[in-house]
Amino acid sequence: MKWVLVTIIVLATTAGEVLQAIGMRRHGEIHDFRPGALGRVVSTLARCRYILAAIAAMAVSFFAFMALVSMAELSFAVPVTAASCILETILAKYLLKEHIGRARWTGVLLVAAGVVLLAL
Amino acid sequence: MTSPLKALHFKTRIVTAVVVLSNVLGNSFLSRGMQGVGELISPSPIPYIRALFNPWVALGVSLLIVWLLSHMALLSWADLSYVLPVTSIAYVLVALVGRFALHEQVSLARWAGIALIMVGVTMVGHTAPRTTSHTIKLRDSEEPS
Repeated sequence: MKWVLVTIIVLATTAGEVLQAIGMRRHGEIHDFRPGALGRVVSTLARCRYILAAIAAMAVSFFAFMALVSMAELSFAVPVTAASCILETILAKYLLKEHIGRARWTGVLLVAAGVVLLAL
Repeated sequence: MTSPLKALHFKTRIVTAVVVLSNVLGNSFLSRGMQGVGELISPSPIPYIRALFNPWVALGVSLLIVWLLSHMALLSWADLSYVLPVTSIAYVLVALVGRFALHEQVSLARWAGIALIMVGVTMVGHTAPRTTSHTIKLRDSEEPS
């Protein structure tokens, strides 16, 4: 059950963050941080399908995390969710066309190794 | 009179501390509360909503909202490559809270795993924050000014 929840959290977090990245890129960089301009940003984003899907995915991830901490230790639950960083990097390369250098792949492999140690 | 740069450093340190503390305390209170609520395996949303009324869970969720907002605010002026490694200290602090406040057994393998994750996150954070040159244009929206 623990690993089912970890899988749900990792998949939902990955989906949420990738969708958020797509939505924010379509919106473009935010330059103006005055309250009125930020209000317009929020109302534009509230109509973006990618952002709405991202919020839904992050809600799934949060409730699954709640269930996970109800049965697993905190010192396991928090670091294991870092596994989403592995899947996100792969999706960033193929879906978002980001260029992943050697240092970034090394970092991701270290995170993966750390998650394997948590699983022991 | 303080220089604007000094003020920015001060603001960054304060908000970074808020981000790390709200994350660690929020997760800790959430965990403490959920231990009291008992195992949640229901596909129905009602037990989850009921759990939100547990005072520890409510406190944890409030702190996690503070975390989300302070994290977004920090990212609006600080580099992601600064924020990721600095906030990854939260992994270690969470393990310390688990060990000493929640009396969890943290094995040597788990400490090693946490250390590797921290180093990995820091390495990812040291790479260029932007590797794509073009932003995807939104079809039905005006150009950002």
